[in-house]
Amino acid sequence: MPYLSNIIFAILLITGVVFFTKNVKKLMRNIRLGQNTEVSDNKSQRWKNMAMIALGQSKMVRRPISGFLHVVVYVGFVIINIEVLEIIIDGLFGTHRIGLKVLPTSLYGFLIATFEILAVLVFITVIIFWVRRNILKLARFWKSEMTSWPKNDGNYILYFEMVLMTLFLVMNATDTTFQAMNAGNVVSQFIAPWFSGLSESTLHIIERTAWWLHIGGILVFLNYLYFSKHLHILLAFPNTYFGKLKPKGELNNLEAVTKEVKMMMDPSIDPFTAPAEGAESEAEPVKFGASDVQDLNWVQLLNAYTCTECGRCTSECPANQTGKKLSPRKIMMDTRDRLEEVGKNIDANKGVFKDDGKQLLDDYITKEELWACTSCNACVEACPVSIDPLSIIIEMRRYLVMEQSAAPVELNNMMTNIENNGAPWPYNQMDRLNWKNE
Amino acid sequence: MSELLKVPTMAEYMAQGKQPEVLFWVGCAGSFDDRAKKITKAFVKLLNKAKVEFAVLGTEESCTGDPAKRAGNEFLFQMQAVTNIEVLNAYEVKKIVTACPHCFNTIKNEYPGLGGNYEVMHHTQFLKTLLDEGRLTIEGGKYKGKRITFHDPCYLGRANDVYEAPRQLIQKLEAELVEMKNCRKNGLCCGAGGAQMFKDAEKGDKEVNIERTEQAMEVKPQIIAAGCPFCNTMMTDGVKAKEKESDIAVMDIAELIANAQDL
Ligand code: SF4
Ligand code: SF4
Repeated sequence: MPYLSNIIFAILLITGVVFFTKNVKKLMRNIRLGQNTEVSDNKSQRWKNMAMIALGQSKMVRRPISGFLHVVVYVGFVIINIEVLEIIIDGLFGTHRIGLKVLPTSLYGFLIATFEILAVLVFITVIIFWVRRNILKLARFWKSEMTSWPKNDGNYILYFEMVLMTLFLVMNATDTTFQAMNAGNVVSQFIAPWFSGLSESTLHIIERTAWWLHIGGILVFLNYLYFSKHLHILLAFPNTYFGKLKPKGELNNLEAVTKEVKMMMDPSIDPFTAPAEGAESEAEPVKFGASDVQDLNWVQLLNAYTCTECGRCTSECPANQTGKKLSPRKIMMDTRDRLEEVGKNIDANKGVFKDDGKQLLDDYITKEELWACTSCNACVEACPVSIDPLSIIIEMRRYLVMEQSAAPVELNNMMTNIENNGAPWPYNQMDRLNWKNE
Repeated sequence: MSELLKVPTMAEYMAQGKQPEVLFWVGCAGSFDDRAKKITKAFVKLLNKAKVEFAVLGTEESCTGDPAKRAGNEFLFQMQAVTNIEVLNAYEVKKIVTACPHCFNTIKNEYPGLGGNYEVMHHTQFLKTLLDEGRLTIEGGKYKGKRITFHDPCYLGRANDVYEAPRQLIQKLEAELVEMKNCRKNGLCCGAGGAQMFKDAEKGDKEVNIERTEQAMEVKPQIIAAGCPFCNTMMTDGVKAKEKESDIAVMDIAELIANAQDL
């Protein structure tokens, strides 16, 4: 069977891609569970944001150390993946280092040299990341929401990258013809001597094994993304594109409320006569605010899948800094977890969501967390991928207040005062100008 | 206290068939809170001094709805907004200045969608323009050489990207502007925003205003300058809790400028 390896490779590749496509479809389906929101405006600014923030990592480098390290891994990851192209062609057509046949040796050597150097840099950086997480125990990686899966996930990815980089270098080091060529083996030439006692055929087996594990690993990694905070390597792009363009302080005005307020304020509309548009009366009564993920808009759900769990938001949050339960990162993680749960529910029930007696509010995010927010926007400012945790907090407060009248007593007093006297305190509106003569 | 404050109302202007140059939106804190009223008066003194034709709504002003909106009560917010917009539009108001970043943010960003379109300025921005136009002079006076740190109000800074106007005014006082570790985009909240002003904080191990006051104390200021009546209260309380009120004053920028000239 001369084509056996080609066939196995093709099957492996197709399987990987098929699973990946399935994941992407599920992801899009879940995100579409969210409400509609208008994001078609100002395209040029949106492209610019994506270029700057996702591609250019402009917000990552606000924290210079982690920012720089991240740029190394990011650049390394993107560039080394050019090599995957060669691996795929070789795998499918049974060639060996097809690049050498189509490119001048010097250029090929230059490319591989770049990959090798980057591989080493990525390897070192990933170790530093690991040390920061596990030995130095940076506070933001040790908050209460960073136990079990989120904590392991962070480490698994680091191990993954270490293994992939090692495999790449070993593959080059044990490729005797490549070493003999002596072009581009800037790093692997120093690894090759470790294998010097071995026979040609053993080396070939090691080289082939490294090659297969490398491509296999990449395909596994591709399918691991969906379950991981590493999804951000894909979603950071759409997420920064759809991110908020308005001033951070601006909260949206609920249209459904505007309609009702206009009705109440307009004396020419009699609210008791039959509504003019028949269609509207049959529509379900609108729900104000959000108690579950389906009440949020799809950009907020995209935000949740994009969250890198880096905790920059939480470390800047005044509530969290002073020991309150609120953590904007947890708001995003909870939203994703609940969305996943809803998605699985839909899958299990032939495409329709069956009430599971749970919701985002209370079962994931508590009132105590929601009421601790000062709406200061520090989390929004800190997020390197344009996530807006505050908008979710406000949407859930809206539900608590407008659907459940469940605001803390003091806030109810404040609101009663505004309603009655036009000020949050019990002062008479007629006294508003008294300061002038005091 | 020199002469009496001139504070005309929109109704008075209307009666004379005139339009003021700008409407001064006083806000609830500026109208009722004892500490904030001093800021209001200081700002009015500066407006009087610069001969700005301004007016207030007086008893026709009502809460912008900001605390209600941030608490989640969109109904109450929009009721307030629509009522205020009706009044403002009836007076054909074009330009608004306010000493409260919350009012500033709400009127500037959230009123347009409900039919209220105005040019809105924070008082520090407005004072800066008066200065640039040569209508107002600023001198250091007693603040010359003092160490002043500026606490960025969230609703002025991060919310609306206004960082420079207040700082430029402080520098005009010939004071030494010292920056806290967390300033501008990274400024830490005072703890009052998002309707927190009106309730006790959730369980934690510290109050936000104490944390922020400690950050301010690190740079050893003689004055903490504020640009928001709520920050002012929070920082004043923080300084008191640290028993530093004899060493550190918390002052609004309008007060600093007015006091420097003994207005
Ligand atoms: S807006 Fe709320 S959640 Fe975000 S940093 Fe400020 S207090 Fe924390
Ligand atoms: S919301 Fe943004 S800043 Fe916060 S953890 Fe997620 S990616 Fe990091």
